[in-house]
Amino acid sequence: MDSTPQPPKGAKVRTSSFRRVRGLIALPVAALILSGCTVPSFGAYESDTTTGRSTYHLWQGFTIAAIIVGGLTLGLILWAVFRYRRKSADAIPKQTQYHLPLEWFYTIVPILIVFGLFAATVVVENKVTAEPKADVTIDVNAVQWGWTFQYPGTHALITGQTTQAPMFEMPAGANVHFELTATDVVHGFYLRNFNFSRLAIPGITNQWTFHAINTGEYFGQCTELCGLYHSIMYFRVKVVTMAQYKAWIASFNTPEGARAAEAAALATKQQLDSIIPTHPTTNHGVN
Amino acid sequence: MTDVHEHVAVVHEDHGDHHGHEEHHGPSGLLNWLTTTDHKVIGMSYTITAVIMLVVGGAFAELIRIQLMSPNGTLVGYAQYNELFTMHGSVMIYLFAGPFAFGALANYVVPIQIGAPDMAFPRLNALSYWLYLSGSITMLLGFFTAGGAANFGWVGYAPLSNAANSPGYGADLWIGALLLTGFSAIFTGVNLVATIFYLRAPGMTLFRMPIFTWNLLVTGILILLAFPVLTAGLIMLFADRHFGTHIYEVTGGGVPVLWQNIFWFWGHPEVYILALPFFGMVTEIISVFSRKPVFGYKGMVFATLTIAALSLGVWAHHLFTTGTVLLPFFSIMSLLIAVPTGIKMFNWIGTMWRGEIWFSTAMLMAIGFVITFLIGGLTGIYLASPPLDFFAHDTYFVVAHFHSVVMALVFGGLGGLYYWGPKMTGYMLDERLGKTQFWIMFIGVNLFTFPMYVLGLEGMPRRMAVYPHDIQWKTMNDLASIGGFLIGISTLIFVVNIVYSWKRYPAGDNPWDAGTLEWFTTSPPPHHNFYRLPPIRSERPTWDYNHPDQKALAHGHASQEGSH
Repeated sequence: MDSTPQPPKGAKVRTSSFRRVRGLIALPVAALILSGCTVPSFGAYESDTTTGRSTYHLWQGFTIAAIIVGGLTLGLILWAVFRYRRKSADAIPKQTQYHLPLEWFYTIVPILIVFGLFAATVVVENKVTAEPKADVTIDVNAVQWGWTFQYPGTHALITGQTTQAPMFEMPAGANVHFELTATDVVHGFYLRNFNFSRLAIPGITNQWTFHAINTGEYFGQCTELCGLYHSIMYFRVKVVTMAQYKAWIASFNTPEGARAAEAAALATKQQLDSIIPTHPTTNHGVN
Repeated sequence: MTDVHEHVAVVHEDHGDHHGHEEHHGPSGLLNWLTTTDHKVIGMSYTITAVIMLVVGGAFAELIRIQLMSPNGTLVGYAQYNELFTMHGSVMIYLFAGPFAFGALANYVVPIQIGAPDMAFPRLNALSYWLYLSGSITMLLGFFTAGGAANFGWVGYAPLSNAANSPGYGADLWIGALLLTGFSAIFTGVNLVATIFYLRAPGMTLFRMPIFTWNLLVTGILILLAFPVLTAGLIMLFADRHFGTHIYEVTGGGVPVLWQNIFWFWGHPEVYILALPFFGMVTEIISVFSRKPVFGYKGMVFATLTIAALSLGVWAHHLFTTGTVLLPFFSIMSLLIAVPTGIKMFNWIGTMWRGEIWFSTAMLMAIGFVITFLIGGLTGIYLASPPLDFFAHDTYFVVAHFHSVVMALVFGGLGGLYYWGPKMTGYMLDERLGKTQFWIMFIGVNLFTFPMYVLGLEGMPRRMAVYPHDIQWKTMNDLASIGGFLIGISTLIFVVNIVYSWKRYPAGDNPWDAGTLEWFTTSPPPHHNFYRLPPIRSERPTWDYNHPDQKALAHGHASQEGSH
């Protein structure tokens, strides 16, 4: 691709360094465009929600910027270190202290980069914090050291402590609105697969919306230190189809359904107890 | 050359020929140490106490790393684990990094760098040290109380830190310790600002101050702005615990998130209160061992001031996930800090550029700082972006980020000790042991932090005593632990080096051919620091005196003569 116009012959000296800089920027950008959707994950998870995906793409963008800037800076550091090691103990180099154009250059360019990163941030942030019309609402309450998930307007109530890892359900392909609070200390609601966390703070109700893309079962846990059993304050979420979700909600309307849910919770508890020894817990949070 | 020498000002005429030993007639030995107001003795006490705290905090870290080498670690229980990481963080931040940054080398070096006989308020300075020492002991005494030491994390989030959730005396001792060390810091801030504004030698204008002194001036101002807020917050926390107030309690109409705001309004400037002194040390070291003036000196000062100003408006990036703060404002403010920090980074590179770099241990440590800080700085930029913070908050990614930063500061501090140690003691440290220490530490730090970044991306939250539900995390934790052990070994090598080099290699006045005023006097300097002073016409008076024909140049001057 020969899109770069040749500079006029007279301007050769002046444009050469500019062309080099432009090449430096154009190369990674071109690489990015050419590779399309095969941009590496750089260790992050693509995420199973729409907002999580946006965050993931922001992560990729930031990482590419970090690799370019960091690589360039590291290269300059290493070049300086190896190239300018002293040859003799009493050689004195030229005592250069200022180079104003250069100093302005590395002040202005980072400002431009920062505003680029900020613009990308704002776009993704508006997606992540958007509040579209809710199809399903779930109230989450965090307590030492467990979770309560309630579905307003239904009989569905999921609750459990530590390694019981209470599992709530939500439909895929729908806007699921969350309202999160805590009753004792600050907790953190964190779903790694959704690339999202929020603090659960007494006296504050935090809200956000998940739009899950796939069905599946995901693991979550408390991320804000909340006391003794913070390490094992687990929960899980099962993302199902809308039909399955409706059936699940309806199951709470019959005594059999309630018992079935209870049995399932118990089975889960036993399964997890085989991994970690359980401990006596109080019953607050279940009301 | 002779021209310059004639203008040397004699400060103490009677003692012009004496070297090393002071004329001060007062108590000696232990009584002298207990009653001294000499900034050099106090600075030395600070240095030794802070390094002991580094070893103590490091020991806690090693226990944490052993615990995490197994998904169901059994070295300590949940309760002890919470105490361990709380005290690791608290000791490192409150008792090592802060006091080492603005109490140890600052106390020793700043007055000498500006040609002052002592700090402006020597007795207040002594009080600072004793408050710091008693605060350190107070905090560690928590381990000997019935309920154990404080266990709510070094950030002490309300309401976990209230009387109902943390009833033990360890928590009260933690609060008491922070009040003591907080006042210690405030008094040091007062002293630094007053000393630098009022006790500069004739000729030492603000823009002839070495960057280290500049950074300590700005640090002092930041201390005065930030620490009183923490102290007030702690008093309110104590009142909540014991006097029945409900400032952070929902039940009485209080606001838990208020603590987070107060804590981080101190906590984020604190990051720069810690960092700026180390930036200053590294700047001096790189300049001296490249045998060049600090590149972009005025830009460096400007960057320091900008960092300080911005640092007061970024605290809420620690509160992004609380859902209670204006995200874009704190995001752009936090991102903007990358700009002055970048200026510093490029100025360090510019200082090395076309220099004659001498790879002493101090210089290696400074280079270790620059590289480690580059990594810590870049990963910090992610966390300034709210959506990325939502996904990394409270995971090991954050832990890895700030350990990159603080380990960079440890490199800077060790560089400072290798650089100024000869001035303080009169003897050099062993270079071979020093370089061994550097390489083990450099490998250790990277082996320690990189797996933690990966763990964070894989979803491991911080402050986990166990992780049985995801045993794949074990490999990365093992690597991080090995890195942690290497850091521990390198610290022991440092201690060995001090013992081995004790009075072995006499340093002389200026072993590095350095340029600032402290290298003009004896090692260690006499009581009240100087027998005589050179004329001060730049930020490198000693260099000007020793190399009168090697003045600093602007690039335009230097190169255009050659090319035209």
